[in-house]
Amino acid sequence: MADTAGSSQITVKKGPKFRETRKGQVRKHIINVLVRNEIGVLARIATLIAGKGYNIESLSVGETHEKGVSRMTIEVIGDDIVIDQVVKQLRKLIDTLKVRDITDVPHVERELVLVKVHTPTARARDEVLRIVEIFRGKIVDVSPETYTVEVTGDEDKINAILELLKPFGIKEMARTGKVAMRRELFVDENLQD
Amino acid sequence: MPRKGADIVIETLKEEGVEVIFGLPGGAIMEVYDALYRDGTIKHILVRHEQGAGHMAEGYAKATGKVGVAMTTSGPGATNIVTAIADAYMDSVPIVVITGQVPTHLIGNDAFQEVDIVGITRPITKHNFLVRSIEELPLIIRQAFYIARTGRPGPVLIDLPKDITQQLSDVSIPSEEEVRASLPGYRPHVEGNIQQIKRAVDLIMSAKKPVLYVGGGAVNAEAQEELIELAELMRIPVTTTTQGKGAFPETHPLSLRMLGMHGTYYANMAVYNCDLLIAVGARFDDRVTGKVDEFAPEAKIIHIDIDPASISKNIIVDVPIVGDVKIVLRKILEEIKKRGAKILHPEDRERWLEQIEKWKKLHPLTYRNSSKVIKPQYVIEQIYEVTKGDAIIVPGVGQHQMWAAMFYKFSYPRQFLNSGGLGTMGFGLPAGIGAKVGRPDKEVFVIDGDGSFVMTMQEIITAVQYKIPVKVAIINNAYLGMVRQWQEFFYDKRYSEVDLSVQPDFVKLAESMGAVGFRAEKPKEVREVLEEAMKIDDRPVVLDFVVDKEENVLPMVPPGKSYRDMILEDGKGTSEAETMYLVG
Repeated sequence: MADTAGSSQITVKKGPKFRETRKGQVRKHIINVLVRNEIGVLARIATLIAGKGYNIESLSVGETHEKGVSRMTIEVIGDDIVIDQVVKQLRKLIDTLKVRDITDVPHVERELVLVKVHTPTARARDEVLRIVEIFRGKIVDVSPETYTVEVTGDEDKINAILELLKPFGIKEMARTGKVAMRRELFVDENLQD
Repeated sequence: MPRKGADIVIETLKEEGVEVIFGLPGGAIMEVYDALYRDGTIKHILVRHEQGAGHMAEGYAKATGKVGVAMTTSGPGATNIVTAIADAYMDSVPIVVITGQVPTHLIGNDAFQEVDIVGITRPITKHNFLVRSIEELPLIIRQAFYIARTGRPGPVLIDLPKDITQQLSDVSIPSEEEVRASLPGYRPHVEGNIQQIKRAVDLIMSAKKPVLYVGGGAVNAEAQEELIELAELMRIPVTTTTQGKGAFPETHPLSLRMLGMHGTYYANMAVYNCDLLIAVGARFDDRVTGKVDEFAPEAKIIHIDIDPASISKNIIVDVPIVGDVKIVLRKILEEIKKRGAKILHPEDRERWLEQIEKWKKLHPLTYRNSSKVIKPQYVIEQIYEVTKGDAIIVPGVGQHQMWAAMFYKFSYPRQFLNSGGLGTMGFGLPAGIGAKVGRPDKEVFVIDGDGSFVMTMQEIITAVQYKIPVKVAIINNAYLGMVRQWQEFFYDKRYSEVDLSVQPDFVKLAESMGAVGFRAEKPKEVREVLEEAMKIDDRPVVLDFVVDKEENVLPMVPPGKSYRDMILEDGKGTSEAETMYLVG
C-alpha cells in the first residue's frame, strides 16, 4: 500500500530489512561459581549447562573458608553469547551466591596432575627425574617399574610435561579440573610471573 | 508445642494465607490429608487426575495473582502433575506443588510408588526441595511460597517424605524476614537502573514510530494503569502477547491487539516498521518474533523485564532494564514528566498513528460468516456478546485458542488465561475450574477444542462435585485442527492422523457426569444455547458447537518466517507493497 502523505524525515528502504544479529566466538570459558553447599546443587548446575547442549570440560568443587559455601570452577567450551546466558541463568539458581565468567579478567589458574610413568631402566628414571625437576614437580611414589609424578601449574605447563613424559609410556594419569581465582584488581598483570 | 509434621504443613499453609488446595490423596501424603481433615479450615478440591490439580492451581493463580497450591501423593501422583509444572514454569505462574514421598529410609530403594520427582522436575521448577528433617519443614514451605511469588514467578515443588509428616516437633514457623535471610543467593532486582531508564526516556521522546510490546510480566506486576498512562501520554500504540492480554485494554484506540504468528496484520506491520520497540515484561518468544533477523529490523529496542536472563536471550536489545515492570514504568513516567512530557517529533508520531489506522482498515480481523454452517469465530463473537465482554476466558490449545484470542476483546488483566509457553492441550477445563474457584464473582468461559477437551475432560466431574459453574464451549471441528491447518498449508493437505470424527457425544457425556449439555449445529442455534447456558449457575455447562471443519486461523506468519510472509484472511500472502511503510 503506497501512502503518499509522508514526511521527508522518515527514511524508507525498499526490499527486505534485516536486524543485525550478533554471533559470539566459540572458545573456552572459565566460570567461577560460589554456591551454598545444598543437596543437588551440582546437579542443578550440570543440568543447566547440559540443557544448553554444552559439555563441561572440567569441574572442580571444594569448600571455601566460609562454612557451607563451596567454590566451583567450571570450564566449558561455548559461544560467548550463549555462555553469557548460562551465567545469567546460573545466577538465577537459588543456591548460587556469586557467578562470574573470569575468562577475560586477570586470574590465576592451577591444575594438578598425577602421572604414573613407565621407568624400568636407570636411564629412564634419570631422565624423568630431570624433567620433573625442571617443572618443579615431585616424585610421590616409586616402584621398580614406575615413578608417580605430581605437578601443579596452569594448563600449558601441565600439557608440556605430559608431552615430555609420553615417550616413556604413561601407565595411568589423574588430572584435576582447573581451580581459578580472579586477581586483585590493583595488581598489574604484567608484574605477575 | 510438639505436633506432627503433617500438622506443621497445614499450619504453615494457613500462615501463607492458603484458602484452597487442589489435589488427590494417596499413601505417602495421607498424614497431611488427615491433618487437613482434622483442621477443617482449608478448602480442598478433589480432582480426578493430578494433572488437573496442577492446572487448577495455575488457573487459580493466574486469575487471582495469589500462589496456587496443588498436592499429590508420591510416584504416579507426582509424575502426573509434571506437565502442569512445566506449563507453570514456561508461563511464570506462581504455584507450590507438594508431593508425598516414600519414607526417608526407603528413598533410593525403588520402593512402592517411589520416583525421584525432585530430579525429574529440576529443569522445570524455579526451585524444588526434598525435605530431610522436620525441623526444616516450616522454613522450606515458607521459602517455597516466597520463591514462587517474588521476582519472575514460577512453580516450586516440595517433596515430603512420609516419615517426616509423622514425626513430632515443636519447631516454630519462621517470619518473612527469617525466610529472606535464609536465601542469601536469591535477591530479585526490582528497582531498575536509573541511567538505563534515562536512556529509555531519551528514545521514547525522540522516536518517530514507537510501539509498546507487552507481555505477561506486565500482568504479573499489575502495571495496567502505568501502561495506559504511558501509551496515552506519549501516543504509543500497544500490542500484547497472549500472556499480556488485558494489561492494556483491547478496546482502547491505541491497541493493536495481539502480535506474532496469529497476530493482527496491523500489529505485525507496526512492529515490522517501527523505529522503537518497547518490550514490557515480554520475552521475544519465537511465536512472537518469527524469523529473528527480520523482527522489527530497524527498531531500537528497550526491554524491561524482572528476569535478567530474559534480556538479550533471543534478540539483542539496546536498552535493557532489569526490574519490576510497574516500578520501572513509574520511574519512566516520572522522568518523562520531569522533562515536560514532550514528544520531539509530534507530527511524525501522528502520521505513524494515521498509518496504523490505515493498516487497521486495510486488514481488520475478519472472517467470512455463513448461514449454513457455524463458523468458530462467530461462536467466539457470540460468547463476547452474551458475557458483555466481561468473562474470564480460558482456552485449551489449538485453533480455538487463537480464535478466542482474536475474536474476544479483553479489557482487564487476568482475563485471558492460556497456556502460552508450553502449549498444553487439556489446559482449559481444569485451569478454568481453578479460575472460577479464585474468582467466583466472574463468569468463567472455557473455550476448548474437541481435541483439547478430551485430554482432561474428567474434571467436569470435579466441577459438578463442588458446584463450580464453569461454562465450557467446545469448538468441535472433529479434527486436531491446528495440526490439520499446518498440514493443509505446509504438507499438501496430507492429513496425517488428525481425524477426530469419532468422539463421545459431548451432550450425553456432560449429562452422564452430572453437568448440563447443549449442542448447536446451525448458526442460529448458537445464541440460543449460549443464552440457555447463561441461566445455569449451580453446575458446569458443556456446549458442543459443531463448526466448519476446515476453517483456518488467519492471519498467520508461517513458522520461522518473517512478518512480511504473512498469510492474510483470504488465504493469500501480503504483497510487497503492503508490507512496506512507503512514504513519498
